[in-house]
Amino acid sequence: MNPQTIVKSSAPVGAPGRAAGPAGHRRSRSNRRAEVRLFSRLGHVALAVWAVIVIVPILWTFLAAFKNTTEIFSSPWTLPAELRWENFGRAWTKANVGRYFLNSVIVVGFGTFGTMLLGSMAAYVLARYKFWGNRFIYYLFVSGLAFPVFLALVPLFFVVKNLGLLDTHTGVVLVYIAYSLPFTIFFLAAFFKTLPSSVAEAGMIDGCSHTRLFFRVMLPMAKPGLISVAIFNIIGQWAQYQLPLVLLSNAKEKWVLTQGIADISVNAGYEADWSGLFAALTIAILPMIIVYAVFQRQIQSGLTSGAVK
Amino acid sequence: MRHGKYPFVVGFLAAPVTLYLVFVIAPYAQAFQISMTDWRGLSAPNWVGLDNFRRLLDDADFWKAVQHHGVLLLALPLITIVIALFFAFLLNVGGKSIGGQRQGVWGAKFYRVVFFFPQVLAVAIIAVLFQMVYRPNESGLINGVLMKIGLDPILFLINPNLALWSIIGVLVWQAVGFYVVLFSAGMASIPGEIYEAAEMDGATRVTLFFRVTLPLLWDTLQVAWVYLGIAAFDAFAIVAVLSVDGGGPDGATTVLAMEIYRNAFVYSKYGYASAMGVALFFLTITFAALTLRLTKRESVEY
Repeated sequence: MNPQTIVKSSAPVGAPGRAAGPAGHRRSRSNRRAEVRLFSRLGHVALAVWAVIVIVPILWTFLAAFKNTTEIFSSPWTLPAELRWENFGRAWTKANVGRYFLNSVIVVGFGTFGTMLLGSMAAYVLARYKFWGNRFIYYLFVSGLAFPVFLALVPLFFVVKNLGLLDTHTGVVLVYIAYSLPFTIFFLAAFFKTLPSSVAEAGMIDGCSHTRLFFRVMLPMAKPGLISVAIFNIIGQWAQYQLPLVLLSNAKEKWVLTQGIADISVNAGYEADWSGLFAALTIAILPMIIVYAVFQRQIQSGLTSGAVK
Repeated sequence: MRHGKYPFVVGFLAAPVTLYLVFVIAPYAQAFQISMTDWRGLSAPNWVGLDNFRRLLDDADFWKAVQHHGVLLLALPLITIVIALFFAFLLNVGGKSIGGQRQGVWGAKFYRVVFFFPQVLAVAIIAVLFQMVYRPNESGLINGVLMKIGLDPILFLINPNLALWSIIGVLVWQAVGFYVVLFSAGMASIPGEIYEAAEMDGATRVTLFFRVTLPLLWDTLQVAWVYLGIAAFDAFAIVAVLSVDGGGPDGATTVLAMEIYRNAFVYSKYGYASAMGVALFFLTITFAALTLRLTKRESVEY
């Protein structure tokens, strides 16, 4: 939208019309201009309305987080009379949002790290080494993309229970890793295939071991792909609700943020602590806005990468 | 060939394959097995063959859930894709033509960033957010306004005729931005000369959209439809958190995932819940196969 491009452009667009000259052409051009104006005006209204629909509920939550219950009921649309930071304190400690937040960070941190490590190792071997059973293992992983998690939910609960991992973060992390492998391997195997083999060969001639070659040469080369998948996994695992609900049901102190917030919303009804709930929601949403503002481009491409492939 | 290849291959595959077999493949295989038993968790399971599936056929809640998946399956992709296509078109080719390059409308970048944001939030968090938005009294975002201006509150989640649509609304709210970005990427790869040529021939914006953009975007649309369809078969988090008593009022919003969860972890009917899981699996597979089959057509090369 800078003036330079507009100046540059006016010549080629205007030229053919003027050169052709006939009145019919000119009229259709002005018609078209009117059409453009109407279309873009309507379009602007639609876009602005949708932006409001997206922003307002979130902004309204942030404002309500500073109000007290009376204000929430009497004047839901006004600014808070004063900034009641104690709402956040109550949500953070009494409602355990701080605990839930930390749990989410731990589970997603280990979960994504494990997924990336194991997923890239398997994807690399499956993409670049010929051995008996390679295709079978690859399709075994990829077929996991087609199965709904809910099909496995009951047996999964008992598998985790029999391993003594029920109500532990270890259990959740291992399950997250296992269920993130299909997409991670599917995506990364395609990525490793595109890397040039000349570098790998040079490494082998220099006496590099397979393991060293992978960690020192191939992984750094695959960085763009790794970042996309890592973002995909972080956001997916952060949003998980059904798996922790089943796997951590009896250990409230181990709950993750999604579980915790959903639980607080149930209890807010009994305790009539609406401002505490709004504060808890704000604590859950605000960090995502900050992370999104910083990594907006990477997040968009990371999340859509699955669909583009 | 290469020295020490096999120990390396085995070493790299051992951990991921083990984890995957234990936590993914084994449970899936067992699900089919358990679905043929009357297992309730305490005594040893008895083999009952297809009894659970026969009972499913008479289960009103099951059919309600299937029906809701039908509604979700049509409404969610249709509404989301129409809105997202419209916005993506505006943001990419809605504006003036500059230097032969079609431009998006003013502020396109800002809109794209804002629209996409809900995608980053967890569905469970969004569900709690919309509980507040939909609240039936003056503390709700929408009803607070309606009641201020003297209208009756809308009982979004309590009215059984409205509840499912209120939930679909939230799903659309979250999904649109993702598909705007996805379609934008598709539209960006359509060469500008095609639009230019069409405009020379006097094509209007509407013609451009239907005759140029849409056919060239077909593959992306197909992907979007499959994705949204798969989302329509899940919907657990949103229904479990947002709806009145998990799938209510009176089963008006229940989905299969909700029924599976309830049967397994509330009633301990593990065999029956697994049978529902198997039914859900076949529904999903059928949908994916049908979509790919029905939407298959010559893709346009450009």
